[in-house]
Amino acid sequence: MDYIIQQVINAIQLGSIYGLIALGYSLVYGVLSMMNFAHGDLFMLGAFFCLLLEKIIPLPLWLALLLTMLVIGCLGALLERLAYRPIRHAPKVSAIITSLGCGLILENITLAMSPYPRHMPTLFQNSIFHFHGITISSLQIIVIGISLLLMILLDVMIRCTTLGMVIRALAWNRLMVSLLGIPANRIISFTFALGAALGAAAGLLYALTYPVVSSSMGIAIGWKAFIAAVIGGIGNMRGALLGAFILGSTEVMSITMLPSTYRDLIAYSLLLIILIFKPYGILGEPPTQKI
Amino acid sequence: MSKQQKQIVYFLFFSILLLVGCRSSNQSIKIGLNTELTGEAPAVGASCVKAATLFVNKMNQDGGVDVGGKKKPIELIIADNGSKADEAVVVAQRLITQNEVVAIVGPNISSCAVPASEISENMGCLMISPWSTNIHTTTKNDGAFKKYVFRACFTELVEIPLLAQFAMSHLHLAKAAVLYDMSSESPNSAAHQFQESFLKAGGKIVAMETYTSQDRDFSAQLTKIQASHPDILFIPAYYNDVPLIAEQARNLGITAQFLGYNSWSTPEIIQLDSHHYLDHAYFSNHFSTESDSPLVKKFIQSYQSTYGTAPDDIAALTYDTMGLIVESIIKAGSLNRTAIANMMANIEDFTGVTGTYKFHQGNHDPFKNVIVLTIENEKFVYVTTLQPE
Repeated sequence: MDYIIQQVINAIQLGSIYGLIALGYSLVYGVLSMMNFAHGDLFMLGAFFCLLLEKIIPLPLWLALLLTMLVIGCLGALLERLAYRPIRHAPKVSAIITSLGCGLILENITLAMSPYPRHMPTLFQNSIFHFHGITISSLQIIVIGISLLLMILLDVMIRCTTLGMVIRALAWNRLMVSLLGIPANRIISFTFALGAALGAAAGLLYALTYPVVSSSMGIAIGWKAFIAAVIGGIGNMRGALLGAFILGSTEVMSITMLPSTYRDLIAYSLLLIILIFKPYGILGEPPTQKI
Repeated sequence: MSKQQKQIVYFLFFSILLLVGCRSSNQSIKIGLNTELTGEAPAVGASCVKAATLFVNKMNQDGGVDVGGKKKPIELIIADNGSKADEAVVVAQRLITQNEVVAIVGPNISSCAVPASEISENMGCLMISPWSTNIHTTTKNDGAFKKYVFRACFTELVEIPLLAQFAMSHLHLAKAAVLYDMSSESPNSAAHQFQESFLKAGGKIVAMETYTSQDRDFSAQLTKIQASHPDILFIPAYYNDVPLIAEQARNLGITAQFLGYNSWSTPEIIQLDSHHYLDHAYFSNHFSTESDSPLVKKFIQSYQSTYGTAPDDIAALTYDTMGLIVESIIKAGSLNRTAIANMMANIEDFTGVTGTYKFHQGNHDPFKNVIVLTIENEKFVYVTTLQPE
């Protein structure tokens, strides 16, 4: 029994990190209908920025988190301004290629500056609790806690504030929103910054949990989070979270029940099956026909 | 431009081409370095370049290499393969056709060395991998050795059975779990070799779990391993994964003895393991800096004074690889690629910094001893030397 509970804790931890990254994908897609494949690399930059910050001045976790989110958020907005806005009306393929290219550029800049994997310092005293054969560390609790907090804050912002309403309106009809006198470009920049900041927060938390930081750390996990966002219904925030937890628990479950060699095979086959029955994702809705 | 002027321009252009051609073909011995400067194993590439450069500088200071009675300097051409199989192939092709090297050192990691070896074999250029222990690096699918491909290290066939025996008879631990990177060739074959040898030595394998490269979360696999209560956790993985696995294992309450193999042997592993989860872990290796041999002492001293750090096993093996190539060139007395490869196959005893090399009976894998090290106080400490039977 405690073996199963331990695995559930593992699944929640994995799912909450996937979720934070998947939110960024979904947020940007919701507003621009564009997949920002550089998101995994913003995640990596979040980890690197925090590492750099801690090397210069050791800051407490909350301050480091805020600073990292702020700086990488600005970087995300800059990326949108320089790379994505000029091609907003170009074919979708160009946008995809641009975002892949931006991701590679960010990755290789980091690689050129730091080819070696680095060790991430711990930002607080980690203690481990054992009860009835179950192990949980204070780090795990903090990571899951911060992830859930950020997710709830985002959800409240999107649903209950004017800014959230504007973002939802933009996702619905960009032209109409502009006609009503709302500075659409500024809102889009803000959304990008928000997505990047969430990605950076995930990068920081990830680096704390798995304290080896390298320039390629964002690739695999970026793809997984993207898949989670699609499964949940891309463009839908709650869907992204649902997809992330489904992906995390499928991975852990397939290891628990079968040899771990089959993990990815089982996890992704199941996800394909979900897509066959729900082609727009679990919470996604088919686009309404506009006349 | 008049016709005469044009002719002069053409003449100058071609004479420059000719001069450039002469310089490269006559004056130096070109040796290519196909190595992992970026990607998943940059520390490997860095050590490889350092040792090769040290060797070349030393040889060139002594006047160069004697090729058929004429002293020629060595020119080292360094190329990065990004730790990727496809890039390793491209680099091998470029070194052979464009740079016209007489021999190639590397790649080091097996996933790059295996595909690159096919290029060297097909194009007929000597390739020696300092560090790749995978069987397929030097052998074809039918089991015969590739004519142009060698290695400077022992293989997993020598190393892992000795390590399994060490665990059984020296550590007296008989229940082993294995967690390995199944998407990388070397860890994968090491894991299976260990399973086979450990069972043969009388031990029991209680768990065989896998992950794929780039994974950082091993908690699900480790929770499963913990439920099987092993005495040993064998972790064949690249050095940047090992500290993460060790930390997560200890945090989950796994108390098993950690065991590793030669992929662990880079000082980076100690740097990444800042909380000392790997203390007292044992691993098998090619080289130890705690040797009495004057040759080794001299090598360590010159390496240390040049780079400020002690050489790791990749540096030592690269140094021996360069030595083997130069030995073959001297014996061949020419820069003919086939002649050099033929001489290489006949080296009976070459003493390098990692031990004495013997390539006998057409074998392209050297017959060498295995060293066991442990990690203590942020240092690799010598434990014992295992002799192959």
